[in-house]
Amino acid sequence: MAEVVVFVVFAFAALAGAFVMLLARNPVYSAIGLLTTMFSIAVFYVLLDAHFVAAIQVIIYTGAVMTLFMFVIMMIGVDRDEDTSERIPYQRPIGIVLAVGFAAVIVAAGSGAWVTGSASFATPDLNGTIEAVADELFGTWTIPFLGTVFLLTIAALGTIALARYGPTGPRPIDDGEGRT
Amino acid sequence: MTLTAGWFMGLAAVLFALGGAGVLLRRNALVMFMSIELMLNAVNLTFVAASKALGQIEGQVATLFVIVVAAAEVTVGLAIIVAIFHNRASADVDEFAELKG
Repeated sequence: MAEVVVFVVFAFAALAGAFVMLLARNPVYSAIGLLTTMFSIAVFYVLLDAHFVAAIQVIIYTGAVMTLFMFVIMMIGVDRDEDTSERIPYQRPIGIVLAVGFAAVIVAAGSGAWVTGSASFATPDLNGTIEAVADELFGTWTIPFLGTVFLLTIAALGTIALARYGPTGPRPIDDGEGRT
Repeated sequence: MTLTAGWFMGLAAVLFALGGAGVLLRRNALVMFMSIELMLNAVNLTFVAASKALGQIEGQVATLFVIVVAAAEVTVGLAIIVAIFHNRASADVDEFAELKG
């Protein structure tokens, strides 16, 4: 019963955060709303006994990713509210209709399985400790795990290249004493 | 009343739809990017809920891979947004029409 109460409280928090992200005119409020949603999802992971994934969720998403978003928002102008006038006619009504239709379709497609699905969680009790996850990750999925190493290296190199090269070739690097 | 995977799946479906609405309705490139992150998080939640319901750990491993890919995607995407902002001084996607013939 306590689990149900925790779920309901944080489900409302997650939905409120998502709506704030969707509706806020100022990107800082959007970021705070998304942060609330991501933290609530970490709580759901704990409810689902995925303890290691919950810790990773808090460290990577609410820690690193949202801080990066905040840096970029501060860099490219925080006090600028979005103007809501539309340049393309009917873009907003069509967007709303498409979004509502999409939500209706996925809820309709899933509702049968969710309502009539298994009454409770599987009997073999699953505990997502670091040991259990690492056994699977480094046992079965070693090669894909090594692939993520290349992925992250390439992403870091791409980020450096995007920051370093402008339209007119490499930007000069200031050595901190005014020379380039 | 006990929790089942369906509760989490239903919530994840609503969060995914809200993220899709954000991509369709917002014009600020940063907020569109946050909406994509929300959609990825909703999918992660379904993975972990299915992992618990089926008693198999693979769903949590898949979630870890999705988190890694999302982190790489965020770094590159934000670098692109900053590079565009250096040239155009705007984060509004309707302003970007360089490829228009």
